[in-house]
Amino acid sequence: MSIGPLLVYPDPPPPLLAQTLDLGGHVWKAVANASVAAQHEPTDGWSGALVVADDDAEGAFVVCRALRKRDANMTPVLLLIGGAQLSELEHREDLFDDFCLSPFHPTELEARLRHLLWRTGRGTQAEIVEYGALVLNLETYQAALDHRPLDLTYMEYELLKFFSTHPGKVFTREQLLSRVWGYEYYGGARTVDVHVRRLRAKLGEEHANLIQTVRSVGYRFGQTRFGGPQPTV
Amino acid sequence: MQQQLDYVLRTVEERGVRFVRMWFTDVLGQLKSFAITPAELENALEEGMTFDGSAIEGFSRVQESDMLAMPDPNTFEILPWRGDDAPVARMFCDIQHLSGDPFEGDPRYVLRRNLDRAREKGFSFYVGPEMEFFYFRSADAPEPLDRAGYFDLTEMDMASSLRRQTILTLEAMGIPCEYSHHENAPSQHEIDLRYTDALTMADNIMTFRIVVKEVARDLGVYATFMPKPIAGAYGSGMHSHLSLFEGDVNAFHDPGDPHGLSKPGKAFIAGLLRHAREITAVTNQTVNSYKRLVVGYEAPVYVCWARNNRSALVRVPLPKRGKESSTRIEFRSPDPACNPYLAFSLMLAAGLKGIEEGYELPPEATNNIFEMTADERAVEGIGQLPQSLADAVDVMESSDLVAEALGEHVFDYFIRNKRDEWNAYKAQVTPWEIDRYLGSL
Repeated sequence: MSIGPLLVYPDPPPPLLAQTLDLGGHVWKAVANASVAAQHEPTDGWSGALVVADDDAEGAFVVCRALRKRDANMTPVLLLIGGAQLSELEHREDLFDDFCLSPFHPTELEARLRHLLWRTGRGTQAEIVEYGALVLNLETYQAALDHRPLDLTYMEYELLKFFSTHPGKVFTREQLLSRVWGYEYYGGARTVDVHVRRLRAKLGEEHANLIQTVRSVGYRFGQTRFGGPQPTV
Repeated sequence: MQQQLDYVLRTVEERGVRFVRMWFTDVLGQLKSFAITPAELENALEEGMTFDGSAIEGFSRVQESDMLAMPDPNTFEILPWRGDDAPVARMFCDIQHLSGDPFEGDPRYVLRRNLDRAREKGFSFYVGPEMEFFYFRSADAPEPLDRAGYFDLTEMDMASSLRRQTILTLEAMGIPCEYSHHENAPSQHEIDLRYTDALTMADNIMTFRIVVKEVARDLGVYATFMPKPIAGAYGSGMHSHLSLFEGDVNAFHDPGDPHGLSKPGKAFIAGLLRHAREITAVTNQTVNSYKRLVVGYEAPVYVCWARNNRSALVRVPLPKRGKESSTRIEFRSPDPACNPYLAFSLMLAAGLKGIEEGYELPPEATNNIFEMTADERAVEGIGQLPQSLADAVDVMESSDLVAEALGEHVFDYFIRNKRDEWNAYKAQVTPWEIDRYLGSL
């Protein structure tokens, strides 16, 4: 597990970036500028920063500079930059650790991010998520319940992964649709209901209530933070 | 997409899957399958698998027989009835020409095309079918497990454990079931599937039919979706609950309407009614289907709609209070031997036509239509469904709506094939004729 969330600039980040980070299982926090970043910095520091420079390069470099000014715990910075802007990197080599061309390829971004975190000793993401009798191995995409393998389709797996890495939190159908399915999906918010019902069917009677319907809001996985098992990572 | 492929490849490796079955459907709705080994899987996912389509009903003509089966990684499932020691998985495939263009004869493509048309208008189409079927001792004769009037406890247990095992298997494959019970006829059962989008549902029905048959075979009995296996008993239908959604909103629901039905909802029903006769050859595609569509067995015969009349062709079930989003219409003629991809395509096309053209919904049928005389029905403008496969094919042949929704390839093949089926049947001398005529003529 990363030691803290990833910092992401700007706020809101481009949808594809948000989706890529969610699918990669990263915990992240978007900030609008350097002072917001400073306010929200976790006690252990950010595990890394993803700074998008193709819209507002100046603003992006300000954020990078602010991160670099701190003496302890230097945050590794991955810069996302458009091909036409590459010349702007000249004499700014000190502001970032690696960069990735934008528009980016999600697999490349994920690979660079992991590599950066590994090189700077920040570890990568959680590989095993446990919640009660449920175990997800994010590395091998395998899920097990009561030590028996759970056979899931890709979308069922992604939905369960999202739920189990955000236990106790209520999500609306729209949030689930955009963060699990991505923005391109056409099936409408009903899709979420259909998949939740499928997941409950596969979890079986005993565990179907892991995913709870929160009336007229959406769904919640597991207990709220004040009761029930907590995920261990 | 890449992540879906990784997911499939990794799962095959981790679970030790030995074979991956590539599933697709011919024009008549038969499930086709070939197996590949994990070694071929990556290539199959990226480039598709070539196969000879000339032997598949309704596929290519001989001179262009090679086609591609492109597996849909979203449909990757491990088959629960194959056991844990050598797991077997399946994926549904889209069929393509070698050029990579979609193949017009692929029923899955026909449905995708119709769903795309609905999507252009902002609609997603959901279906929840009630699947009826019979258990018999074997495929040789319709011999029920539980004889009417003969209450055999062991055999009743057998049937309910069959149904229970079937539902557990379906749920393990991500096909949620709503409701199941013993039906009216001896040895007849019903399992209702929870609604989902029409493409997934058509895939689910293909899976459902094989799961029901496999589970039955494991317990030494035979399951059939033949529409009317026993003369004088109820037939098996596939009542289909249909709804359109615009995003999160049920497009059929209007709280201000006395029936709770919106304008598009009414026009959709009107479209289904007006084109019902044209689409019957597809929703009821066998000679035997028309033995079910007769008076006296709660199967629809006349073209009309009602809220609470189970003999109507279209029924509008009353949604529960507070469950308005479940407003839907129930189309009662289809039977479970249909090709679900083509049947859903036509139900959707007929309903959309009603919405596009703003068809007026005829008045609700209030009396029991079966008790009316032919003249009374004519006065109320209530037509009749086709009486035989031959009738149905004739009506279908003159339908622009069906030709357009199915595409010329499937339309032509279907009519040719069903004419042949009718001609083969027409030449038969049935036991009924021997009984009726031999002794007296």
